Amino acid sequence: MALKGIDIFKLTPKTNCKECGNPTCMAFAMKVAQGSVTIDKCPHMSAEAIAKLSEATAPPMKAVKVGAGESEFSLGGETVLFRHDKTFVSHNLFGVNVCSGCADSKLPEIEKIDYERIGERMRVDALNLKFSDKDSYLDLVKKTMGKGRLLILDCKDADAAKAALDLCKAEKPILNGATPDNYKEMTEIAKAAGVVLGVSAPDIDALHNTVEAIEGLGYKELILDVTGGSIKEAYANAIQVRRAALKGGDRTFGYPSIVNVAKVAEGDTALQTALASMFVIKYGSIIILDSMTYAQALPLYGLRQNIFTNPQKPMKVEPGIYPLNGADENSVCATTVDFALTYFVVSGELERSGVPCNFLISDAGGYSVLTAWAAGKFSAGSISKFIKEYDIESKIKSRTLIIPGKAAVLKGELEEKLPGWTIVVAPNDATGLVKFMKDYK
Amino acid sequence: MAFKRTPQVFSASINEVVIGTGDKAVTLGGANTFPLYTFDGKAKNKVAIGVEIFDHGVDTSVPGIAEYYSGAEGIGAIAKKASQIPGADFVVLSLEGADPNGENKSVEECAAIAKEVAGAIDCPLVIEGCKNIEKDSQLFEKLAEVLAGKNVLFVSAREEDYKRVAAAAVMAYKQKISAESAVDINLAKQLNVLISQMGIQPQSYVMNVGSAAAGYGYEYVASTLDRVRSAALEQNDAMLQMPIITPVASEAWSVKEAIVSEEDVPEWGPREERGIAMEVSTAASVIAGGADAVILRHPKSVETIARLVAALM
Repeated sequence: MALKGIDIFKLTPKTNCKECGNPTCMAFAMKVAQGSVTIDKCPHMSAEAIAKLSEATAPPMKAVKVGAGESEFSLGGETVLFRHDKTFVSHNLFGVNVCSGCADSKLPEIEKIDYERIGERMRVDALNLKFSDKDSYLDLVKKTMGKGRLLILDCKDADAAKAALDLCKAEKPILNGATPDNYKEMTEIAKAAGVVLGVSAPDIDALHNTVEAIEGLGYKELILDVTGGSIKEAYANAIQVRRAALKGGDRTFGYPSIVNVAKVAEGDTALQTALASMFVIKYGSIIILDSMTYAQALPLYGLRQNIFTNPQKPMKVEPGIYPLNGADENSVCATTVDFALTYFVVSGELERSGVPCNFLISDAGGYSVLTAWAAGKFSAGSISKFIKEYDIESKIKSRTLIIPGKAAVLKGELEEKLPGWTIVVAPNDATGLVKFMKDYK
Repeated sequence: MAFKRTPQVFSASINEVVIGTGDKAVTLGGANTFPLYTFDGKAKNKVAIGVEIFDHGVDTSVPGIAEYYSGAEGIGAIAKKASQIPGADFVVLSLEGADPNGENKSVEECAAIAKEVAGAIDCPLVIEGCKNIEKDSQLFEKLAEVLAGKNVLFVSAREEDYKRVAAAAVMAYKQKISAESAVDINLAKQLNVLISQMGIQPQSYVMNVGSAAAGYGYEYVASTLDRVRSAALEQNDAMLQMPIITPVASEAWSVKEAIVSEEDVPEWGPREERGIAMEVSTAASVIAGGADAVILRHPKSVETIARLVAALM
């Protein structure tokens, strides 16, 4: 819970000595409350006061680092329950269940999911290794190591977990194995290997108690498995844990979460996809499914990219030439801004029209058409500059450029700046594009 | 220290709006907790699921849809089959073919289709227009009349046509309407205020605050839903307490991922699976945001979302 300036002021010496660089202790306290100055800037603060303050100003939810190398991720560290309140900071990970019997057939399928969407590489982030018996488990660990993916040891057997960690601890896996019965042993094992420990319990009260007990043993590198025994429990746990941490100031629940939707919707791929979507929105830090096909990945990764965008920073697509519907050098050109939403809506409609066209995207600051135009970032100058810089005239033979209806005013100036080009104005609204393109063709 | 539960139950609640008549009438809304937070308080009505069909039938280019409706001759039989999908609560007739820029079916023709559909089903009926403002106003005026007594929900009344739609559907024939706005809490509220100023009672309208498929600017939908629900419950804003209906199918089945054929992108696999995944992913997302009703198309999506809702109740 954040302290108010006045609470911090009460802990200062109130001497207005100015040694911290502020005119008064009150001014200093206000800055500490805002987070622009740290408390140790005051040389006269008592140790007791500093301890109290650092406790109070610690983030409500711990940020935990897992994995190594290209699959190192930061989880948690969230400060709000709803993205519009500020932003979400750590996007969730998607993991797939792998067992010793199915690894050989599943791993190649998992490898297939690898594509780029708006500048982000999309792949299965984590492998959840299901435990059967020690020997085959160690084989499974060996098979899945070195694949550049976060490993999650879904194993409550202390002996096997220890042996597995001996093999793979350099990859910083998660040991998801602590329960109310074995947490002492598991904590020792995770501590010794320096890995994050996953905690689960039969119900949310037992989970709370177990986390407290593990914290009591001095270990705070934790992640909470909130799956429980049913869909209803998983949803309830994920929300209550996150809400208690961020709104209720309950530090015990201030950790990222794991939700294994495969456990509560076994054998039902569509339901797992639906559940995974809910947990992207509501508070799953790692979401584990039984499979990840392209059909599942396309909506899930797209949704994740949307939800974890900072509301203050619009998503942008890379400037360039995007050929649609098998466009070639003779196909017409169309342009709009690089604001991702505009790009997707317009490109979707253009694709629906089935008419081949070269979609040209220039840097417009990530704004919508009217905003970019008003800010001078989508102008006859910027478009003609793009056409020259990207050498469009030698790459494409067509000399027709379709511009957004909302930027119709640019037509005259563009014709001046781009001699030889015909500028065509599209409808105001993207929904009119299919008909427009078909008629135009 | 034991875990301290702090349930968020609000004194405000979402309005209840009934559509349809008789045993199978459906009540939308009523919640006084955040979406399906049954650990905070008991859920009142379940999230309702509508099955979308078109004036011309169904999309037979999707094998699973074609197979499910095979043997259903005529719009009445198709509507009946739609209503029989396990988990379906209401049927949505989309009058796409009325679009003057498309088939331009006449108002009379559409009225005949709607009557046939209404006669074939015993669950509530929702009518979607063709998105052309002028034509939709004419359509809804006529359909409200021919469907009198059926307690039909008309989707949508927009800023441009809400007066005509509300007057014809609600005032003249006591039907229900849905106020549609474009993914913005202020626009949603403004339209609700305008409709209420016509004297339309809260139990007569729902709202569609906009939708988008997962990955297609869905963050705006997510935040609009979050903000609308929070204003309705936490701040007791009566002008945002309308139940929310979200057309999911029309968005999900029109994005690239659900359209492109397997021949064009072999690695993506069958188009049908992609469409279903896009549809259930988007539906689950809007339900997590507070939608009280969703409109879906594929029988498998309907069954899946019905299972999801049942499991969460």
